[in-house]
Amino acid sequence: MSIVVGYIPTPEGEAALERAISEAANAKAPLVVVNSTRGDVFVDQRFVQSDAAQALDSRLAASGVEHILLQPMGGNDAADEVLDAAETHRADLIVIGLRKRTPVGKLIMGSTAQRILLQAECPVLAVKA
Amino acid sequence: METFDLLMQGFSTAATPINLLYAFIGVLLGTAVGVLPGIGPAMAVALLLPVTYSLEPTSAFIMFAGIYYGGMYGGSTTSILLNTPGESSTVITAIEGHKMAKSGRAAQALATAAIGSFVAGTIGTALLVACAPVVVDFAVSLGDPSYLAIIVLALIAVTAVLGGSKLRGFSALGIGLAIGLVGADPVTGQQRLIFGQPLLVDGLDIVVVAVAIFAVGEALWIAAHLRRKPMQTIPVGRPWMGKQDWKRSWKPWLRGTAYGFPFGALPAGGAEIPTFLSYVTEKKLSKHPEEFGHGAIEGVAGPEAANNASAAGTLTPLLALGLPTNATAAVMLAAFIQFGIQPGPLLFDSEPQLVWALIASLFIGNTLLLLINLPLAPVWAKLLQLPRPYLYAGILFFATLGAYAVNLQAFDLVILLLLGLLGFAMRRYGMPVLPLVIGLILGPRAEESLRTTLQLSAGDISGLWSEPVAVVVYIIVALVLLAPLALKIIRKRRPESVLLGNVPQTPDETAATDDDGGVANGYANGDNDSDHDKEHDKDTGSALPEHAGSSGGDPAEPAGRHRSDKIQNERERS
Repeated sequence: MSIVVGYIPTPEGEAALERAISEAANAKAPLVVVNSTRGDVFVDQRFVQSDAAQALDSRLAASGVEHILLQPMGGNDAADEVLDAAETHRADLIVIGLRKRTPVGKLIMGSTAQRILLQAECPVLAVKA
Repeated sequence: METFDLLMQGFSTAATPINLLYAFIGVLLGTAVGVLPGIGPAMAVALLLPVTYSLEPTSAFIMFAGIYYGGMYGGSTTSILLNTPGESSTVITAIEGHKMAKSGRAAQALATAAIGSFVAGTIGTALLVACAPVVVDFAVSLGDPSYLAIIVLALIAVTAVLGGSKLRGFSALGIGLAIGLVGADPVTGQQRLIFGQPLLVDGLDIVVVAVAIFAVGEALWIAAHLRRKPMQTIPVGRPWMGKQDWKRSWKPWLRGTAYGFPFGALPAGGAEIPTFLSYVTEKKLSKHPEEFGHGAIEGVAGPEAANNASAAGTLTPLLALGLPTNATAAVMLAAFIQFGIQPGPLLFDSEPQLVWALIASLFIGNTLLLLINLPLAPVWAKLLQLPRPYLYAGILFFATLGAYAVNLQAFDLVILLLLGLLGFAMRRYGMPVLPLVIGLILGPRAEESLRTTLQLSAGDISGLWSEPVAVVVYIIVALVLLAPLALKIIRKRRPESVLLGNVPQTPDETAATDDDGGVANGYANGDNDSDHDKEHDKDTGSALPEHAGSSGGDPAEPAGRHRSDKIQNERERS
């Protein structure tokens, strides 16, 4: 019984996290924050570095919800990591952030959010930034 | 004034729109490969060699020179913003440069690196103009015995002086010399090391070997170590310098140039030793010694000037003697051979237009580099967000295309793959690549000189030291081989290290390199080959984050300690 949120340090990621924290507080459920990287670039702006991770951790602690911060680097897609975390922590709810995408951009890059929406076993709450 | 006229003619060739375009492409590519760790100018030139067959040799070399100089500029950006050296020659820059960036002075660090590189590159190129004709005058008087001795010195020096392990260095040299022997004996026509393969009679194409070792070997190595914790670049605006920064930078620039050029010109030069010496000197002379270890601008200005001056220095023996002293120069020498140009002392006479246009283009390229690096350094840093699979797929594509294009035979692709595996194995077992490439390229030339010498002396071995220059050079070879032994004996008596004692090794300094690259470690390894060096950094750097990711604990503390122990060990061994 938990809530899983996919987090990246961008507006949509922040919005998802905000919402997930309040959902977790309402449901009194533990919050699993997933911030993953494929680990195949020298610099990944979406990966929370140790300083920022600590700040994130204390922010979660301040909000009073029970929480875990996962930073997997298995080389999998972010969608896989969120879905994996949802399965292992038997999530009731997955919270993700959405951003605007042009049709062409979506065609080329695929969509992490879409994969989570389609493949998740539990309800998914999509938050817009 | 004859030199000046020739140089001006060179400028008129180099300043044609088409050559300016190639210079521009060269500096762009060079900066890009410089920024990206693991990809160096040597690999870039090797990959581009087959593509340039249809070009004028002059245009091709103008582009190669741009790549070479550009690599030196680009490497510093990565060193400063990421604390991972983009090139082995910018390892030292990372020590102070990254500290400066961390304390919010990234803009000044980038500016002093770029302007220092420009100043040193320009002075270095001017010194090249002044020195090269003198060296040529001296070199044309040399006979084959002396020439052989100088090649032997280059081979021994590159192998013995650079690199931590002499055994590995000499093994790599042996492999390179063996690969150079494949094919028909140039004098008797006897077939050597062809294993019954008629396609090997012509020998292995240098381009195929270079591409295999640099590009395929590196790509396989990256494929084997693909997953790594991403690092953080420090955000930075447009580089600029205050008055105080200028005041503190100009002397280190000049001193760095003074170190860089002669070391670049020496057979065992390379950019690593002068950058290190420059760092140590600046640390000693600085009016702000307390700032060293916390981001002193002198510690960026000096080494950055030194590495660019050494790049100019490297071109002196390359153009005047046909003697490469680092990997990029070696590949450029291979390029001369591919274009049917005989490198050596006669190059200035036989190809004056090419040589002087090349030198003139260095001045132009240097200016272009300043213009594209000073305002755009933060943009270049964005290249680091490129996923490695895409990057290396492109490199492998070009490598395969290039190897096939050389002779249009599929057999070369087999060779490419086999030697690529060799390149991978060398990286895996920490063997430097430089001695292999230098051995491969200088081996056949050494053989030629040896055969001629022995023919002239009717097979009498004393013909080898029949010239005074040869005798002097052989004495230097003996010194190069014996000096480390002597140093070792001295060092055994005095436990603290004599030579390397000035590398920052206080606990906080070594610990500070912990999470990102192990810069100090990379240097202490002493691997001076351009690609290889970074491998070590990455290798040691990658071991920890794999644990760090899942456990969420902070491994920095024990890792830092472990690393400083390791540095200590390395230092004792070297």
